[in-house]
Amino acid sequence: MNAIVKVENVGMAFETKKGSFVALKDVNLQIRTGEVVSLIGHSGCGKSTLLNLIAGLTLPTSGVMLCNGREIAGPGPERAVVFQNHSLLPWLNCFENVYLAVERVFSAKEGKEALRARTHAALEMVHMGHAAQKLPHEISGGMKQRIGIARAFAMEPKILLMDEPFGALDALTRAALQDELIGVMAKTGATVVMVTHDVDEAVLLSDRVVMMTNGPAATIGEILDVKLAKPRDRLQLAHDPHFAECRAAILEFLYQKQMKKAA
Amino acid sequence: MTTATLTSGLMAVRPEADATPVKETDMAATSAATPALVSTPDNSVSFGEHFSNFIRAVLPPLIGFALVIGLWALVAMKSADFPSPAKTLDAAVVLFSDPFYQNGPNDQGIGWNILSSLKRVAIGFGFAALVGIPMGFIIGRFAFMNSMLEPIISILRPVSPLAWLPIGLMVFKAADPASTWTIFICSIWPMILNTAQGVQRVPQDYLNVARVLNLSEFRIITKILFPSVLPYMLTGIRLSIGTAWLVIVAAEMLTGGVGIGFWVWDEWNNLKVEHILIAIFVIGIVGLLLEYLLLLIARRFSYGTN
Ligand SMILES: Nc1ncnc2c1ncn2[C@@H]1O[C@H](COP(=O)(O)OP(=O)(O)OP(=O)(O)O)[C@@H](O)[C@H]1O
Ligand SMILES: [Mg+2]
Repeated sequence: MNAIVKVENVGMAFETKKGSFVALKDVNLQIRTGEVVSLIGHSGCGKSTLLNLIAGLTLPTSGVMLCNGREIAGPGPERAVVFQNHSLLPWLNCFENVYLAVERVFSAKEGKEALRARTHAALEMVHMGHAAQKLPHEISGGMKQRIGIARAFAMEPKILLMDEPFGALDALTRAALQDELIGVMAKTGATVVMVTHDVDEAVLLSDRVVMMTNGPAATIGEILDVKLAKPRDRLQLAHDPHFAECRAAILEFLYQKQMKKAA
Repeated sequence: MTTATLTSGLMAVRPEADATPVKETDMAATSAATPALVSTPDNSVSFGEHFSNFIRAVLPPLIGFALVIGLWALVAMKSADFPSPAKTLDAAVVLFSDPFYQNGPNDQGIGWNILSSLKRVAIGFGFAALVGIPMGFIIGRFAFMNSMLEPIISILRPVSPLAWLPIGLMVFKAADPASTWTIFICSIWPMILNTAQGVQRVPQDYLNVARVLNLSEFRIITKILFPSVLPYMLTGIRLSIGTAWLVIVAAEMLTGGVGIGFWVWDEWNNLKVEHILIAIFVIGIVGLLLEYLLLLIARRFSYGTN
């Protein structure tokens, strides 16, 4: 099996003022090349923690994380991240934000012209070519998120990690960006790991949905295979019985098996 | 941290820093009113609005100035030494009709005096920036340097820069570089502390971007650290120039030569109190202009992040 990421018996404990807090325990997960995996679970269960571990932004306190057979010792451009709050640099315009990433990855092999062409192509891919010269505060939240996605894709990463990429957006913008993402993923065949709160989004976009139990000491509860043909169309899916089954399975997991005690 | 309280304290004393956003919302309000102007042919309403806005902005300061001048005239009537506003104005007209005359080193126009004070401030200040900003970066970036230098800075910072004047005189054996030296000393602390604070407050998100992109140290400094520290640095510079302008007057009184502080002292020896009053106004206005200039620069670099 060609797993690009292997998570083996990983645990993550944070040192806090009140002592050690175990966020993740005994997490085992394999991500295959080219597949799209969603992480879903209640707020605070440790989805971001797991994603940051794969990104290498934090290191696990126990267990092993492998990427391409090598231990993950820190972040690297082969694992691009789309941050929840877009994290564009406010003093660089959209073009420069993407160019910074492109330059880092490709400048060893390519000239300035090729780098600029790559940057423009990435902006066009998310339909943001018109805003290349704008500063982040001059564009809308959805547009910022698109630039963040363009920046990540422009690096041609082996794996794309996204932490609730559309979490802060309204439903319409969200749907439009999901469709855009479906197109981009189909074009690039990227391996994607994505955190989401949204059951429909998880089913619509993923090959597998990883459902996490509630923390502390959260782990993977169930993994659901979404056997829907690609490319997917949100209107047709609404009438698809398998789509409904997948939705029901996730809802059942979240709201029966992992019911959050009303705080 | 001490810088934070220092900053907010000064902000409270200088309301013009807070007043600027109000101006902007006023502008937004008037531009929002423009479409209404198109739809309603009767534009006397909006004219009246403009007029009342104008009155509201201009009237209170005018009343303030009028009260001060009235009080001043009253005091001048009761006292033999104190010149009246009219007499001071006459003296000012004479002074400013020829601000750049030169009758030997000790008798020069008020323009020359202001310029030589500004030159000292600029030089001392420039050196302070040259030393203080890199030092702030180092202190902010390396915890070891921070704990090594913080206690020293904490002891030295509250010391009046004038206490350093004799050291300057001893080292440089001349008055002019000695007063520049006091400017250097008083400007350097806010620059170091604010820059260091800016470096420590670079948002973790941006550093994460740098880590994911695996940027080189050079790119991290030029594309992430420097731009995000810049607003803090400019605050440091603005605080420094305020104190520098306060200190130069005192330093020049002690050292002599050409300069607005020396000029004040000289006019006191000549018993020309009206000139001293004029100097007080001039010093205040120049200080205000310096501050305003830096506020403009700071706004240019604020990226609309808030
Ligand atoms: N640096 C940290 N120090 C201490 N505790 C932390 C730290 N980061 C996360 N945690 C804790 O770990 C748990 C999981 O956090 P995490 O951010 O991964 O949740 P999440 O599933 O992403 O939640 P959400 O959906 O709200 O984003 C939480 O209880 C959180 O309080
Ligand atoms: Mg999260």
